[in-house]
Parts: sequence; C-alpha cells; structure tokens
Amino acid sequence: MLYIKNLHASIEGTPILRGINLEVKAGEVHAIMGPNGSGKSTLASVLAGREEYEVTEGEVIFQGKELLDLSPEDRAREGVFLAFQYPIEIPGVSTTNFLRTALNQVREYRGQEPLDAVKFLSLMKEKMALVEIDQKLLSRSLNEGFSGGEKKRNEIFQMAMLNPVLSILDETDSGLDIDALRIVSNGVNKLKSDTTATIVVTHYQRLLDYIVPDFVHVLYKGRIVKSGTKELALELEEKGYDWIKEEVDSTATV
Amino acid sequence: MSTLTQQELVLGLFEAAPATFLSLRQLGKESFYAQGMPALKSEEYKFTPIAKKLESGLTDFSPAKPVKISADQVKSAVFAGFEGVVLVFSNGQYLPELSNSSEGLTVNLLSKTENTPLGSIAKADKDPFTSLNQATFTDGLHLSIDNKNVIESPILLLQFHQAQGGQVISPRIWIEAGDFSKATFIDYQVSLDDAPYFVNKVVEIKGGVHADITYHSLQEESNQVIEVSNVVTDIQQDSQFTSTQITLSGDMVRNNLTLNLLGSNSVGNMYGLYLLHGKSHVDNHTNVDHTIPHAKSNELYKGILADQSRGVFNGKIFVRQIAQKTNAFQQNNNILLSDDAIINTKPQLEIWADDVKCSHGCTVGQLDEEALFYLQARGIDKITARGLLLYAFAGEVLDKIEEDSLRNYIVNQIQKRLGSNF
Repeated sequence: MLYIKNLHASIEGTPILRGINLEVKAGEVHAIMGPNGSGKSTLASVLAGREEYEVTEGEVIFQGKELLDLSPEDRAREGVFLAFQYPIEIPGVSTTNFLRTALNQVREYRGQEPLDAVKFLSLMKEKMALVEIDQKLLSRSLNEGFSGGEKKRNEIFQMAMLNPVLSILDETDSGLDIDALRIVSNGVNKLKSDTTATIVVTHYQRLLDYIVPDFVHVLYKGRIVKSGTKELALELEEKGYDWIKEEVDSTATV
Repeated sequence: MSTLTQQELVLGLFEAAPATFLSLRQLGKESFYAQGMPALKSEEYKFTPIAKKLESGLTDFSPAKPVKISADQVKSAVFAGFEGVVLVFSNGQYLPELSNSSEGLTVNLLSKTENTPLGSIAKADKDPFTSLNQATFTDGLHLSIDNKNVIESPILLLQFHQAQGGQVISPRIWIEAGDFSKATFIDYQVSLDDAPYFVNKVVEIKGGVHADITYHSLQEESNQVIEVSNVVTDIQQDSQFTSTQITLSGDMVRNNLTLNLLGSNSVGNMYGLYLLHGKSHVDNHTNVDHTIPHAKSNELYKGILADQSRGVFNGKIFVRQIAQKTNAFQQNNNILLSDDAIINTKPQLEIWADDVKCSHGCTVGQLDEEALFYLQARGIDKITARGLLLYAFAGEVLDKIEEDSLRNYIVNQIQKRLGSNF
C-alpha cells in the first residue's frame, strides 16, 4: 500500500529526515517510535503534505501513485488521514459543517454522490458512538475550548467519517488521560480492517498496549535505526532510548 | 488648496439647489467655507485624501438629478424574503409612488415638514462634509415613529444612485423614534451603472427614552464611487441603538458614525464589516460620546482586505468626567490577504471619569496557514477552505444582523466572492 523510499526532507534548510525506508501493507499496524526530535512528527507531516517541509530526495508511493505529487486535499481524498498531534481550533466553523464539506468533496473525488443532510446526520450518529463524542460538541466551533481528550476524540471521529485507507496517528496519546486513551484506541481498533493500514507515531509504549502494532520502528536522527515487533516497544519502555542512541552513534563514528 | 475649495464651485452647487431651507443652507455654506475641504495633513482625514480624490475623480461638481426608477428595478433590488416597508430614493430624492408605509410610521418630505431641527444632531461645524451637505442638499426625508410604537418589520431605505458625469448626490434623512418605540432601518445603496459619482450623505437619528433603534447600512456600489456618509445619533435614557455598517465595494468611502449617549442605561452597539478588493479604500471613523453615567457601548469592526485595497479604522470613545460606571468595549480585527493591502487602525480613547470599564484592541493578521492545512488535510480544496475560514471570521459581525433577508443576502454576496478569486 505504502512504499517510502530513501525519503529526505528538510525545513528551512535543516535536514530532518535523512533517508527513510518503510513499507506498509494493507491490514498492518506500524508504530514509529523514537526520542524527541528524531523526526517522527516530520514524517507524519510530510506524508500529509504540510508545505513547510521540503522533500529533497526520495519517493513515496501510495496505492501506485506518487503521493508527494499530490496536494494535501488530494492525498486526503486518496485515503490518507492524519490525526493531528495538536488539532487546530477554528472559531466560527462547526465540526458538523466543515466535515460535511470535507466528506462531500472526498466523495466527489471518488465519484460518489454527495450525502444529503439526513444521510450525513445518520452517518454522523453512527460514528459518534464509536468515540463516545457528544453531538453538542460537534455543533460548536471546531475544537474551540475543547479539552485535550475531546480534541483527540474529534480527530478519531473525523477519521471514522472519512473512512481512510491509511491512517497516521501523530502522538494521539499525548495529553490523554487513561479513559480517553481507551476510548480513542477502541475507536481506532474498530476502524481497522484487512484493507486499511495504520501508522502510529508515539513517544511512549503506553498507547501500544491498546493499539497493538505488527511492527515497531525506531526513528533516530531522521533514519529508521531499528525495526522489530511489539516486543521492541516493551524493551524501549524498559530501557529507554539511550542504548539505541549509543548503538547508532558508535557505529556512526567508526 | 484644491480647486474644489474655491468658493465659486461650492457656490455653484449651492445656487443650483431650490430656495427651500435657504437660511439653513446659508449657514451650511458659511460653515463649509470656514472649514474647507480637509487638507492632506488634516488629522481626521489623513489616511483618506478625499479632497484629492474628488479633484481627480469628479468632472462635474453639480447636483445629480433624480433618474427614473421602475417598479421592476425596485423589485429586483429588494432582498429575497424581505417583508416590510420599502422607501425608494433616486439620487437622494424620495419617490413616493414606488414606496409604501406602515402604521405608526410617518413619512414626509423634509420640505413638507415644519420645524425639523436639521443640523441640531449632525452639526455642520463638526465635519466639512456635513456642512457641505447642509449647504447643498435639495430635499430629503423625515421619518418618525410614534411613541410606544413597535414596528417589527424592517424599513428599507432603497437608495438608487446614478450620475453620468460624476455629479454630487446629497441625501439628507431625519429619523425620529418616539419614546418606547422600536424600529429597524436598512439603508441600502445601489449603483445603477458603473459611472462615477460623489455621494455626500447625512442621516440624523433622534431616539426617545426607552427606544430601540437598529440601523443597518449596506454599501454595495460601483468601484468608481466616492462617498462620505455622516450618521449621527442621539439616544436617551434606557434606550438602545445598534448599527451595522457593511461595505463591499467603492472607490473611496468614508463613514463617520457618531453616537451620543445622552441618557443613563443607554446602550450603543456598533458593528462593521468591510470586505475589500481591487483598489477600494474604505475608512470607518466611529465616535461614541459617553456623556452620562451608567451607559454601555460595544463596538466590533472586522475587515478582510485583498489586492491593493486599503482600510482605515478609527474608533473614538469619549468618556466625560461625569460618566462614571461607563462600560465601553471596542475591537477591530483585520485579515490582509495580499502584501499590497493596507490597514490603518487606531483606537482613540479619551477617558475623564475614573470609575469605568473600557477596553480596546485591534489585530492585523493573515489567514491562518495552520487552519488552512488542517482543512485541506481533511480533503477540502484550498479555495473552499480559504472561503470557510474567511467566512467564519466575518460571521461574528454578520451574526449580529437579526433581519434574516438582509443577512442572507449579504452572506450570499460574500460567499460568491470568497468562493472565487476574491
């Protein structure tokens, strides 16, 4: 589904990603872990099409298409979804209103009929239950005055509504208490299928107790320096990142 | 000095008017001579060089004659879903045959009304354009709402403007709302074609005690229009005045809105939105005078400026020494969509009382790129996303308009523009 080949990206001339290689197949969950500043969120942003990052080398093939050639909106329409680490507050635009615009533009791109108000509402009700989010919250301005947990639940709710092929969760666990973590993870797990894939970007192993990964990759200094199964995440939880840093830094100096 | 300040030209305009209101117009003329056109360095007009503009834009400094307006033109200009009184004007002259009225509202030509104290609220010596209007207006309208009369449906002042040679239109309106009365006015100015003209309007509003007056103004004229509008309101005890000023186009527009709070527990709300593109230049000067204790004023003006447009906002709040327990709030927020757009914004608070709550703030920014990316990342194309964000920004002002037909009309006009190149 997704091939990342030798991906390099920089921001304002500073290289952040220095050659990422990753293959994600349908039905898989990949966790990207790593110390602060290793490039985890940059990878998520580059995949979603954030303009501040300049891709200097490499390519990303998503379902046979050159992802990096697409605008952010076309990536979303092709089925890439980024759950933001810091969801934006937009005063004056309600979640309901914005999501209906989004969903219908995505449907139009996929050659589907737009949903009328009634069908949209019933779809919304169904997906709201998934993340236990209140309709009142959705008729308010997007994320304005929402708690951290409400914002993250709103992200997963939007994900459920847009029904993506590849979901990228960028530090979705940050700022969540244990109950919100459970709700958000349940939502993500229910949306998983054999035809979709998930990339979970996280600093801590905690989230991976709920969303169990098939593969764990450790990102350090803009490269994937170690890959393994979920046991690798447990090892990191226990030993921290220093041993990996030492391993990498010592080979680098040789 | 510009040629327009020369007495002969103003005198020409003065003498072209009929002999009605002779002494009043004489006083206006003298006041105009005393003030002259605002010079380039004039503090009140320093960002809006209107004298210079008049000099370059006008070919004929004579009064514009009324043009014929058909019932169909009226019909197509009235907002869809509008139900209420329609008063039709052509170049400032009232057209009774195309207008209607309602119970409790008395409509008369100023020339047919005895003893209207014109100039007692909008004082000629306060502004050169007020004095110019007083010197040159030919007639106007006197609107009065009886005491205790509540007119629920709005009153639309439909002002058609057209002049072939850049002539001058000098509308003059007097509104009197009796004690315990309530009324909503919509002042809507429409150009019939793209030819330039100069509108110099004066509206005086006199509110009784416990009156509730709403005055919406929608400026949607051709981009060749030069306009100065002076709206001055006196309100009394326990009364409320709400204004919204929406400007969507024009070459150079200057709106002076003055609100005198003369009775305690009075409330003044002043809202404005300017949505400019091309080379439009729009200047809103507001002035609230808290002359008594326990009054409240709220002000929110917002602007979206594209291309090489220019906006000016100057909000004066005057709190006199006696006006203790005043609450005065003012906010002006702007989004600049291009590097060439300019906004000059200035709060101007003069507070002489010591037990008051006053706040003011202004912001100038660009469209939030983070928010734009967020919407795009959900599959919304850039132009729609931009439109959603700008509309949300403007919505805070539009939400203040309670009259559905007017709000829907403006929303439509704005969305048409935001969804395109803007």
